[in-house]
Amino acid sequence: MSVLSIKNLEVTFPTPLGDLKAVRGIDLDVEASELMGVVGESGSGKSVTFLAAMGLLPSKARVSGSVTIDGQELIGASSKVIRSVRGKSMSMIFQDPLSALNPVHRVGDQIVEMIQAHSSATDAEAWKRAVELLDIVGIPQPEERASQYPHEFSGGMRQRVVIAMAIANDPKVLIADEPTTALDVTVQAQILEVIQRIQDRFRTAVVLITHDLGVIARVAHRVNVLYAGRNVERATVDELFAHPTHPYTQGLLASLPHEGQRRLTPITGFPPNMLAPPPGCGFAPRCSFVTEECQSALPGMKPFGSSETACTRVDAVSVELSRRGGHG
Amino acid sequence: MAELLRVDGLVKNFELRANTGIRKTKRTVQAVSDVSFTVGRGETLGIVGESGSGKTTVGRCVMGLLEPTSGSIVFDGHDLTKLSFEEMRVLRRRLQIVFQDPFASLDPKMTVGSSIAEPLVVQEVAGDHNERVAEMLNLVGLAPDHAKRFPHEFSGGQRQRVGIARALALDPDLIVLDEPVSALDVSIQAGVVNLFADLQERLGMSYIFIAHDLSVVRHIAHNVAVMYLGRIVEIGKKEDIYANPRHPYTKALLSAVPLPNPTVERTRKRIMLEGDVPSPVDPPSGCRFRTRCWKATEKCAQETPQLTATGGGQSVACHFPE
Repeated sequence: MSVLSIKNLEVTFPTPLGDLKAVRGIDLDVEASELMGVVGESGSGKSVTFLAAMGLLPSKARVSGSVTIDGQELIGASSKVIRSVRGKSMSMIFQDPLSALNPVHRVGDQIVEMIQAHSSATDAEAWKRAVELLDIVGIPQPEERASQYPHEFSGGMRQRVVIAMAIANDPKVLIADEPTTALDVTVQAQILEVIQRIQDRFRTAVVLITHDLGVIARVAHRVNVLYAGRNVERATVDELFAHPTHPYTQGLLASLPHEGQRRLTPITGFPPNMLAPPPGCGFAPRCSFVTEECQSALPGMKPFGSSETACTRVDAVSVELSRRGGHG
Repeated sequence: MAELLRVDGLVKNFELRANTGIRKTKRTVQAVSDVSFTVGRGETLGIVGESGSGKTTVGRCVMGLLEPTSGSIVFDGHDLTKLSFEEMRVLRRRLQIVFQDPFASLDPKMTVGSSIAEPLVVQEVAGDHNERVAEMLNLVGLAPDHAKRFPHEFSGGQRQRVGIARALALDPDLIVLDEPVSALDVSIQAGVVNLFADLQERLGMSYIFIAHDLSVVRHIAHNVAVMYLGRIVEIGKKEDIYANPRHPYTKALLSAVPLPNPTVERTRKRIMLEGDVPSPVDPPSGCRFRTRCWKATEKCAQETPQLTATGGGQSVACHFPE
């Protein structure tokens, strides 16, 4: 059963140069207690989609479509409704933990604030819970650490504090937007483990937004690939890496360095200008399978095997892939 | 391979001055401690490490952008630490750098043509600069008429190519590449990495490739130095370091990198390091990695392990190598 459901979401930002169509009809379902990866490069719309879901976009952004959490519609809902959902049934963490924390308040108090925003817990109860949360996210000596300020924490520890805050009200969905991109790789491994542990222990659905396919391979169950503000592929993590169906996904996997390979295989060209996106498939200008149809009609998601893909040439693409014997 | 660069016992300290209003304090950060390595002609040395490892400081010392506290940097027979300003200025045409952020490293008010030509102007190179600019743009896969455009008209990958064209303009012998692809999207990265490889093949220059991305370094480097808190903990041929890491830190670092293969990820054994990298202001005594190392003993706290050649071809600074 899906807890978070995004249907035909469109987000447009008016700019002096015209309307920037950041999200152009994205559909996404997050099932209860799954860890869903969302992959895409800069400008794919992956962050904007979830900022829209959280009601965090600037007011000038035009949002249409539907976002429901537990059946509750959020697009067009009153700010009172959105405030009751945000931080309660759905919370979000970001790349930079320092900017998510207030430097002049003790971290324990910041978690208490989060708890009391959605419950009538007393100060003492909320503080006790804050200490417990810091323990859950693996911060040693949680009682003492709760009384410290953000600057007394390292980058990895700050991200743990932010995670503790995000799970304070036992949300149904935790959205993590590039949560480890600013961290060192050994610390990234720790934070990914914390996220996995929380997902496993509390059955929280987690949406992990990242550009790093290694991170996806390590933690995701299911993956949505986005490109130019559209869905291009949806599959289980094993299926995605073993049998990518969309030329973009294939190109992305092929562009990673593989052992013993002399030259890397980039995707030629660059992503479209979202002020004037192509009328057809957004990937068409960079695609080697392109036909006239691809350039004129916007493709939708269709099942292919156990995956779903937005490539109309998927038969030819998968033949080519098996001919090459994988994506390497 | 003939030696182009020899760095010996490089130390770089930074003074931290704080004025609390009551008293002035002075503390020293040893960003680079006793670092030695060589780079051969036409060769790529990859320097990998996490934040605070000193990898960027090493690159900047080699470039002469920072003055080393002690140690020597011998570039093609010249000790850079002993040169006068003017001698360094002349020599610098053979040493170039490409920075991480292609948005910050180009002047937004200059056409990319004038940015690429600027080193030629500074070094008072005779001849037609426009022709050289066109040649450089061609070399990095851009069109000669791009010279008239401004940085904002280019994508991140293209800007990085402009930065590379500028570094190439003086036909350098050594280019320091400081995280040159980490700001780029994966699909764009591959093209820039290929460009580095092609240019080296055609022009034969050496690279110091500084990165935190171990898979890119594995692809491009001949030799790899692994740094931790200002020291090289392991250095050697790429094949040896990746196939058979001997320092516990190298091992942990390699195992922390997520690989784009879910089957491998589910089955591989991971070494989970505890905590973060300690502050370089107050590094641990002895081996600096000991506070996060599962093999650390009393000896590690007392004696600083020296880089020692192992049977495997690489050198490792550990009392208890794997």
